[in-house]
Amino acid sequence: MKRFTLSDRGFDVVNTIFLFIILILIVYPLVFVLSASISDPQAVSSGKMWLWPVDITFKGYERVFANDAIWLGYKNTIIYTVVGTAIHLFVLLPCAYALSRKELMAKKLILWFILFTMLFNGGLIPTYLVVKSMGMLDTMWAIIIPNVVGAWSILVARAFFQQSIPDQLVEASKIDGASDFYIFIRVVLPLSLPIIAVMALFHAVNLWNQYFNALIYLSDRDKYPLQLILREILVVNQMQLNDPGGSAESLVDQVKTAGLIKYAVIIVSSLPLLLIYPFVQRFFVQGVLIGSIKE
Amino acid sequence: MKGVKNEVSVSAQSKFYQVKKNFARNWQIYVFLLPAITYFILLHYIPMYGVQIAFKNFFANLGIWGSPWVGFDHFERFFNSYYFWRLLKNTLILSAYQLILFPLPIILALSLHEVRNRVFKRWAQTLTYAPHFISVVVVVGMIVIFLDPTTGLVNRLIVAFGGSPIDFLTSPSWFRHIFTWSGVWQTLGWGSIIYLAALSGVNPELHEAAKVDGASRLQRIFHINIPSILPTIVVLFILNIGSFMTVGFEKVLLMQNNLNAKTSDVIQTFVYQTGLLEGQYSFAAAIGLFDSAINIALLILFNYVARKVSDNSLW
Repeated sequence: MKRFTLSDRGFDVVNTIFLFIILILIVYPLVFVLSASISDPQAVSSGKMWLWPVDITFKGYERVFANDAIWLGYKNTIIYTVVGTAIHLFVLLPCAYALSRKELMAKKLILWFILFTMLFNGGLIPTYLVVKSMGMLDTMWAIIIPNVVGAWSILVARAFFQQSIPDQLVEASKIDGASDFYIFIRVVLPLSLPIIAVMALFHAVNLWNQYFNALIYLSDRDKYPLQLILREILVVNQMQLNDPGGSAESLVDQVKTAGLIKYAVIIVSSLPLLLIYPFVQRFFVQGVLIGSIKE
Repeated sequence: MKGVKNEVSVSAQSKFYQVKKNFARNWQIYVFLLPAITYFILLHYIPMYGVQIAFKNFFANLGIWGSPWVGFDHFERFFNSYYFWRLLKNTLILSAYQLILFPLPIILALSLHEVRNRVFKRWAQTLTYAPHFISVVVVVGMIVIFLDPTTGLVNRLIVAFGGSPIDFLTSPSWFRHIFTWSGVWQTLGWGSIIYLAALSGVNPELHEAAKVDGASRLQRIFHINIPSILPTIVVLFILNIGSFMTVGFEKVLLMQNNLNAKTSDVIQTFVYQTGLLEGQYSFAAAIGLFDSAINIALLILFNYVARKVSDNSLW
C-alpha cells in the first residue's frame, strides 16, 4: 500500500499554506507593535517601518520608565496578583480536596450549592452593593475578593484530587494517627504541585489582565493597577506623558513621541506574560484539559 | 406495626449516630470547606438575595430589606423605554455574530491535527495561543492604534490603494465587525486546545480502516474526525449559549463612544451606566436580572434540545 498518495500531498500543501496565513495574521500585529516600539516615530508614521525596526531608538521606553504612574501601577498589579493568587489557593485547594474525599457527607448538596453560582448570580449591581457594604471600596480587597474562586476551578481541582490521590494513601496515614490537616499539608499538597501550578497560573493571568473591578471599585489613583493606567494611556487618551522637565521639544515632536510611548507601554505591560507562558504552556493546556473532563 | 415503628426509629437513631460519628472523626474535612462556603455565601448568595432590589425602590438608608416594594415597575419602565429595543437588538446581533464564528477554532484544530511536522505544529500552537495572554485593555489599545484615521496602519494601506481613510472607531456600522474579529484574533488559538485534545483521542483503527477503503484525508476528516469530536462541540456550544447575553461587555465598554453607541450600546453596558454611573440601583438591577434570566432560559432550552437531538448535554 502506498503511504502517501498524490491527493494526500496536495492536502498537506494546502493545509500548510492555510496555517501559515493564520499564523501571519495572528503574529503580525504583535511583531509590528514590538518593532514600532523601538523605531523612529517618523519611520513608523511614514510606512517605512512595516516589519523590522527602522532607526532604532529607545526613547519610548525611557519615557515609560520615567513615568511614576506606570511604576506605581506595576507595583500595585504585582501586589494584587501575588496576594490574590495566594488567597485563591487558600480557598480553592482545601475545598476541592474535601469534595474529593468519600467520607464527606452531603457532598451532592455542597456541590449544588457551589455549582448554582455558575448558573445564576446576583449581577453587577447587587454585587457592587455587597462589596460596598463590606467596606471594601477603594481597597485592594475589592480587586481580589469578588472573584476569589469560581465553581469551575473547584471542579477541576477536585477532579485532579480524585484521580491522583489514592484512597489507600490517605487511609494508611490516618491509621498511623495523622490528622486530616496534617495529611492535607504533608501528603496531599506535595503530590499536587501540577494542579497548584495550573490554578495559580490561570488566576494570576486573570488578575494581571483585569481592569473592570478596579474601574468600578477604586477611586484613589495611587491604588490603580497597571491596566487602569494603560486604559488612560491607550484607550481614553487622557494621560499626559510629556517630558516632565518641559523641554524645548516642539508640539509635533511631542505628538510623535506620544505614539512611540503607546507602543512601548504595550510591550512593557504584556511582555512578562508573553515571555513566561511558552515555558509554562503545558500547565495551561493541562488546566484546560482537566477542566474538560465531563462529570 | 409496633415492630416496624421500632425499626424505623432504630434506623433513624443509628443514622443520627453515624452522622455524629462521621463528624467526630472527620470534622477537619468540614473545616476545609469553610473558606469557600463563606466566600460563596458572602459574594454570591447575599448578592442573589440582594436581587430583590429589582422589585423595590432601593434607598441606601433603608437597606435592601427595608426599601419599599414596587413590583414590576422597573421592568415595565425598561420594556417601555425607547432604548429597550435598541439594547436588545444590539445585544442579540453581537452575540449571534460571535456564535456564527464558533466553528473557527474547530477548523484550526482540525487543520493543526493534520500537520505531520511536530516542530512546526508546536510552534504554530504556541504562536496562536499568544494573544490569549494579552489584556483586553491592550487589545483595544492596539485596535485604536491600528485603525487610527491618519496614522493607523489600516488607513495608510487604504490610502495607498487610492481609497479615502475611514474613521472605524466612531462608525456604528464598523463596530460589530471590529469587536467580533478582534475577539477571533484573541481567542482562536486558545479555543482550539480543547478540540485538539479531543482529536488526539480519536481511535486510530478507524483511520486505518478508512485508508484501506481508499478514503482521502479530507474524507477522513469529515467522516471520522468531525463525528468523533461532536460530543465536545455540542457541550462547548451549550456552554457558549449560557453566556449568550453577556457578550464580553468589558471590552464593549472600552470600545464604546458617543458616536458608535447606536450599535455598541448593549444591555450590560447600560446596566453599568445607569447603575454605577447614575446611581439608579434598582432600575439597573432589574435590567441585569432580565439579562441573566434570558441566559438561563437559553441554557436550559439548548441543553434540552441537545439532549433530544444528539444525546450530548451538560446534564
